[in-house]
Amino acid sequence: MTGPAQWGASGIFVAYGKTVALADVSLSAPAGQVTAVVGGDGAGKTTLLRCLAGALAPDRGSVRRPPKERAGYLPASSGIYPDLTVTENLDFRATGYGMSRADARERAAAYLDRAGLAAAADRLAGQLSGGMRQKLAVIAAMLHQPELLVLDEPTTGVDPVSRSGLWWLIAHAAAQGCAVVLATTYLDDAERAASVLVLDAGIALASGTGEQIVAAMPGALREETARPADTTRAWRRGGRWRVWDPAGDAASVRPDLQDAVTVAALAAAAGQR
Amino acid sequence: MWAMIVKEFRQVRRDRRTLAMMIVLPVLLLVVLGYAASFDVKTITVAASGPQAAIVSRQLKAPFDITVTAPGQGRAWAQNQLRDGKVEMAVVTGGSKPEVLIDGSQLFAARAALAALAALAHNGGGLPVTPNVTVLYNPGLTTSDIMIPGLCGVVLVFVGTIITSLGVVRERQSGTLEQLAVMPLRPADVFLGKIVPYFLVATVDLAIVLGVGIAIFGVPFRGSPAVFALGALLFLFVTLGFGVLISSVSQNQGQAIQLAMMTLLPQILLSGLIFPLTSIAAGVRWIAYFLPLTYFNQIARGVMLRAEPIGPLWQSFVFLGLLGVLVVTGATLRFRGYLAPAGREHGGPGGNKAVAHPQGASA
Repeated sequence: MTGPAQWGASGIFVAYGKTVALADVSLSAPAGQVTAVVGGDGAGKTTLLRCLAGALAPDRGSVRRPPKERAGYLPASSGIYPDLTVTENLDFRATGYGMSRADARERAAAYLDRAGLAAAADRLAGQLSGGMRQKLAVIAAMLHQPELLVLDEPTTGVDPVSRSGLWWLIAHAAAQGCAVVLATTYLDDAERAASVLVLDAGIALASGTGEQIVAAMPGALREETARPADTTRAWRRGGRWRVWDPAGDAASVRPDLQDAVTVAALAAAAGQR
Repeated sequence: MWAMIVKEFRQVRRDRRTLAMMIVLPVLLLVVLGYAASFDVKTITVAASGPQAAIVSRQLKAPFDITVTAPGQGRAWAQNQLRDGKVEMAVVTGGSKPEVLIDGSQLFAARAALAALAALAHNGGGLPVTPNVTVLYNPGLTTSDIMIPGLCGVVLVFVGTIITSLGVVRERQSGTLEQLAVMPLRPADVFLGKIVPYFLVATVDLAIVLGVGIAIFGVPFRGSPAVFALGALLFLFVTLGFGVLISSVSQNQGQAIQLAMMTLLPQILLSGLIFPLTSIAAGVRWIAYFLPLTYFNQIARGVMLRAEPIGPLWQSFVFLGLLGVLVVTGATLRFRGYLAPAGREHGGPGGNKAVAHPQGASA
């Protein structure tokens, strides 16, 4: 292989019985970058990440990922044993990935310290707060310095301070050359990523950098202070309303990623992709 | 309250397995136990040796059933027939008086034999001369002597099946099974890693129960510890396999416990631990031959009470081994389905829609 490793999925199709979870979805995860998969509930984020992590075999399509030893995965359930301490959880993960005890202890100590978990090293994981447990789960997933790190909603339900700690860990992994793919429902998380894939009901609505997705948004956006009579293409932002005009070309407000994703979902729903 | 009642009914209706257990299990247990619950020994198998063996076989009537006669053999042969569990009573002729040897490890058969002999003496008939009666292996016909060896097996079932059955299902419920699936661990490593700790705990448990049985209840241990240990390890292998198998087909810990109890009850009631196998109606007795405790019970009683060597116990060892292979293969296949299936498995028992093996660098 020449150049940095590029992991990802191509034309992935997954169905659970008659329910299509992913329909021909592709994703690139370049080394050293964070790629965000955004979408609402049931969008197919977890299914895509499970395919990438090797926890699920797609019905069709291909997945390009490193061997198990060089991949890290944080499932939606965190994958942490609540009845083991923080250190015991990390010891187990390090042993499972064949790390030497000394390396594992040294790296774990550094990560725990940076994530503010050093004082909780001997606490049972089940007794940690949600944010602390998520940070532990991310540390466990990246402890063996994988080439591909797949994180399923690492920041969901986490307070802003812990989110900041989590993002330090994620950015650190990427800075070390790891390809990070994370699923999130938070668009401000997606804005921090180098590239974004927007999923809705198993379909890829948009992909690219945040700027590319915003630039590709069809129609125009205007802002209103009062609730519009027709809210099928309107949504509330702060104390105001955003209204999308698919045929419009004169925007009264500059859209951001959140607007672009909302428009993409509205356009898909209206069959106007 | 009405809201609670409606909610509970809705939950119970959706938990089909619990509903089935609530309705079907009591009926099933009543029918099975009704046929199984019998201490009555209707037939006592007898071996006759010595010059008058043929006469004895003609004279002894029901409930005695002469299954083997050996005119050329003596007391040692007769005793071996008892030791090896081939008969429940032996009549040795050739002396001034015939000698009746009774296997005390078959408690209910021994009691029935003594009662039948007393009735014969009282009513006349049977043996021409009042015989000398010797009860071997459990002369006092003590209940604890025959129960403790079997109870060792029950303890192993508790640890092996019930505790282990929670292991895999707990991993699935907490979401850690999926983590294991993507880690560079072989399914066999995960399987063995899960059962080895329970195996060791159960072994310690067994040693403690055995020690307590011997020290407090005075249960003898006359046979080879090595044969006993081999039987116990084989039995443990089966019960742990049962535990993992149950775990792999259960959606939650409650279901795992329910299923484990369903395997435990028949083992206690139908394995010969409480009711003699020969007293259980043939219609349900066949179930006993699919229960590992049946064979462990035979091995434990044989070795501890009668000093039975491994030779005559071969059938118990072979069946236990076959059960082990069957159960562990099933458990491993189920386990492999979660950790490294070749393809996709929709709607798995844990609600895991699919777990698949990573395809390497490129799939």
